Amino acid sequence: MTTKKLMTASVVALMAATPVMADLVFPSLSYRTGPFAAGGIAFADGYADYFTLLNERDGGIGGVMASVPECETAYNAEKGVECYEATKAEGALVYQPLATSITYQLIPKVEVDGIPLHTMGYGRTSAKNGEVFRHTFNYPVNYWDGASAGVNHFLDLNDGSLEGRKITLLHFNGAYGKEPIPTLEALSEKHGFELSTIAIDYPGQEQKSQWLQIRRERPDYILFWGWGVMNQVAVQEAANIGYPMENFMGIWWSGSENDVLPAGAAADGYKALAFHEMGSDFPVFDDIQTYVVDAGKAAGAGDQIGSVLYNRGLYAAFLAAEAAADAQEATGEPEITAAMMRDAMESLEITAQDMEDAGIPGFGPVFSVTCQNHGGDGLASVAQWDATAQEWSLISDFFPSDGEVVNALIKADSEAFAAENDITPSCD
Amino acid sequence: MLYREAGDFKTSYPDDSQTFPIAFDRWRYWAVLAIAFLVIPFVINDYWASSLMVPFLIYAIAAIGLNILTGYCGQVSLGTGGFMAVGAYACYKLMTAFPDVNIVFHVLLAGGITAAVGAAFGLPSLRIKGFYLAVATLAAQFFLVWLFNKVAWFYNYSASGQINAPERFIFGTAVTGPSAPAWAQYLVCLVFVTFCAVLARNLTRGSLGRSWMAIRDMDIAAEIIGVNPLKAKLTAFAVSSFFIGISGALFFAVYLGAVEAGDSFGITKSFLVLFMVILGGLGSIFGSFAGAAFLVILPVFLKIIGVDVLGWPTEMVAHLQLVIVGALIMFFLIKEPHGLAQLWRLAKEKLRLWPFPY
Amino acid sequence: MSADFLYGIEVIINGLMAGVLYALVALGFVLIFKASGIFNYAQGVMALFAALTLVGVMEGQVPFSHVINAVFGTEIHHFGWEVPALLAIFVTLLVMILFAWLVQQLVFRHLVGQEPIILFMATIGLAYFLEGVGDLMWGSEIKTLALGLPQGGSLVVEDWTAGLGGDDFYGFFIDKLDMVATLVAIVLVAGLIGFAQYTKQGRAMRAVADDHQAALSVGISLNFIWVLVWSLAGLVALVAGVMWGAKSGVQFSLSLIALKALPVLMLGGFTSIPGAIVGGLIIGVGEKLFEYMIGPMVGGATENWFAYVLALLFLVFRPQGLFGEKIIERV
Repeated sequence: MTTKKLMTASVVALMAATPVMADLVFPSLSYRTGPFAAGGIAFADGYADYFTLLNERDGGIGGVMASVPECETAYNAEKGVECYEATKAEGALVYQPLATSITYQLIPKVEVDGIPLHTMGYGRTSAKNGEVFRHTFNYPVNYWDGASAGVNHFLDLNDGSLEGRKITLLHFNGAYGKEPIPTLEALSEKHGFELSTIAIDYPGQEQKSQWLQIRRERPDYILFWGWGVMNQVAVQEAANIGYPMENFMGIWWSGSENDVLPAGAAADGYKALAFHEMGSDFPVFDDIQTYVVDAGKAAGAGDQIGSVLYNRGLYAAFLAAEAAADAQEATGEPEITAAMMRDAMESLEITAQDMEDAGIPGFGPVFSVTCQNHGGDGLASVAQWDATAQEWSLISDFFPSDGEVVNALIKADSEAFAAENDITPSCD
Repeated sequence: MLYREAGDFKTSYPDDSQTFPIAFDRWRYWAVLAIAFLVIPFVINDYWASSLMVPFLIYAIAAIGLNILTGYCGQVSLGTGGFMAVGAYACYKLMTAFPDVNIVFHVLLAGGITAAVGAAFGLPSLRIKGFYLAVATLAAQFFLVWLFNKVAWFYNYSASGQINAPERFIFGTAVTGPSAPAWAQYLVCLVFVTFCAVLARNLTRGSLGRSWMAIRDMDIAAEIIGVNPLKAKLTAFAVSSFFIGISGALFFAVYLGAVEAGDSFGITKSFLVLFMVILGGLGSIFGSFAGAAFLVILPVFLKIIGVDVLGWPTEMVAHLQLVIVGALIMFFLIKEPHGLAQLWRLAKEKLRLWPFPY
Repeated sequence: MSADFLYGIEVIINGLMAGVLYALVALGFVLIFKASGIFNYAQGVMALFAALTLVGVMEGQVPFSHVINAVFGTEIHHFGWEVPALLAIFVTLLVMILFAWLVQQLVFRHLVGQEPIILFMATIGLAYFLEGVGDLMWGSEIKTLALGLPQGGSLVVEDWTAGLGGDDFYGFFIDKLDMVATLVAIVLVAGLIGFAQYTKQGRAMRAVADDHQAALSVGISLNFIWVLVWSLAGLVALVAGVMWGAKSGVQFSLSLIALKALPVLMLGGFTSIPGAIVGGLIIGVGEKLFEYMIGPMVGGATENWFAYVLALLFLVFRPQGLFGEKIIERV
């Protein structure tokens, strides 16, 4: 056995020792096909275009070109693993797995391989506890922040009291959709509102039963965790039963143009949570036009620029590029490794000035990351759809979630994970 | 010439009834085993293990299982995904409930539990058959996935409903969990595949296998010659589910390490395994391997050609992949409805006569 | 009347209308199975493909523009015209007929006489193929189907019935789109039955369904009939695609509606048109009623599996299905 181990080890070492270190590699595990393609295309375009912009305009990050090898996952865990294994030898700096199932696959794998994982607004919420999840980051917000932010928004609308109100969580019947339930249960105890949950099975093409139930129960507010065709049908059905759209709020994955356009004018007023700005009214988009689109280097068909999910991809790329630049600065080495990237992500600080410099003033919340806190400060905002102007716009500032409730839950869940997997939480 | 059976005389009954009666086949079989056990573990790396070899081996087990049911006993099933989920969740519950027991027993027990569930869902096969049965097995598929999603006990009440495989060891080497080396994962799957294939091959040659095939060929005639259809059909469901359960357990514990029922064991999985069985060849153990290899390797191969060599956009390659896989399936069915195994048989015929075709 | 009871009735009405849509998809299966013994798994993808083609034609999209752009580096997307809905529907029908002809010539003509399972597999291959082609042709983003079909609850019905059950009852909710779908489905089925009863081709189609050999011997071209039934299935797919696509936009998930039709087929039998319709209604009502009454107790989202279990239970007691002929097997 030992000789075999040695042999394998040497072979693996040979394979691993040869990556080309000329570029900063940011693999993009995209999904431009399959049931969720509409969401994946825009995100992947935004992610790729921002790095193209940095390469074209600034000559890369700190003088080193960024490369974004794309690998198609079709939102499928097996293909996701294949993509991860295929790209990790190229010297990948950070992974954005973009699907709950792939995230759960990769969380233990990246611990061993030492590559940071950034799950921005999705994935495992309790990964915020960096003492347990050393290589997983989920700043600036997570689902439990989202649930709490949604409730906070409803609190604001009701002068701070939800006593006796009814809130329904309409959710995807799977890991992703079930995430916010513990938070909402805790919040319902704290604020005295009545919580009911209604599950929709994949794919969610047919939701008549669920909406008839909502029509019977008449909840005051609906929070919605949906994805894919579920979103379009839900918005349409909400309009059909005449539910007041301004009381219907989706998570950030249920709030893109794709979700509201099929319902037409009836979708007007639908709300969604957000953790970044909407629209293309930022200086960076002029640069993208000049350096990327006009140069014929836009990713995909180039028709997604300025859409919600494009902006999200761009924001993810911005955060990754900032961390990479920080790592270069901290180590003095232009060609950073995944380990340096991880350290930089752990001390990442996004200030208003940073965003200003990148041409996206006020684009996202101001936050900082520490070892104890891999999730930022949980600042979210609320966006609303205007069907006549056909655009999303933020209707609030970035406001904090209920840290007291959320952090207690994160602590409990991450400690359970640590116990199950023999991890000693520490920051060394 | 190349493939010789001349001069192969049998002088005893054991000789006559051995698994590979032709000497050449026997040598080839040992050679393949030797390469699989003694060469590949030394050269395999993470990428090869987790993108090709491990999924290939695991799907091969599932394909053998389904082939027993569909190929040997003639009962079409679309519940494979659901039964794999049973194997996976059973394995998870056993792994977390009895952490001190070796994982091998967990996997085997998971197979046993799946066999029981499979036999229960096989009961309707006594009343309905053909496509009606195929659609009926979809009830198992959807119900089981829903069950694993809904009942929190199955995933130990974790917040998200995902199950994660804890680290487990065989002979001091991790085989599950993130730090398991590629060769260990590969070897574990290989041992199980060998075990399953040998078991399946011998079952199908024995009286049980003959009763399955009798039912497949004509159930009423089989009944008249004394085959008990209840026993034959239910054992086929049970044995088939046993293999599928093992593959589900390995799929979860060794290959992915974290799964969610709806995501990993959906209806597409059922169809995928059925493809493997039909493309490979119904009623052939070798066909199960060929089918699994074909459908695991082809997409990766097309992706490498399209994206890495030709540099096309990833989504176009993915769409082309669908077109090519679809077209190939139709092409194969037109040219050789009995699958890759039949091609192999034909090739052997040709080789036997080569280079003198008469 | 108590509000709960009235809501139960509301659920039943909505179940019936959902059932009509299921029946519509199931109908496409039955047409092909009856005439050629092929269990056409690609029916769902055909609905997606038809709807995609309709939207693409209406918007004047250039087919395969993504591929052309990627290979030749061009930047073409649209022809720059918009086609009126009726004309676009006509063009789509032509495309579906062409598709039917190609499928028959290139695939199923070579598979005559094969076992049913092989034919079934070929249609799964076809489903993959068509899905890939549809995406390559028209792109995989969500498309809005702007046929101007009415949407939303009918206020007339709601106001009219609101007084029935006291304060807790808000009147029956009936979606206008569902009403339209029901009407269209009735017209379509009536048309199909009329076609099968009163036209020469329709009679030939029934003859083929009864007995291939006998039909051949009286001079009916099997090939023509098979192209015909595939075309009719294409028409049914288009209608189903439009009705579902109007609600959710036209996108990949449309192809999954085939899964909704399978329990209907089990219940109604693969060979019976009335079976498909009644089966659809039973499944629609059954799954909605179960979700309404039992669903809350077991955590909801039961519809996907309950339809199958319902059909399974039914079959165990009546294996020939609703209207299927009792097949007596002899050795």
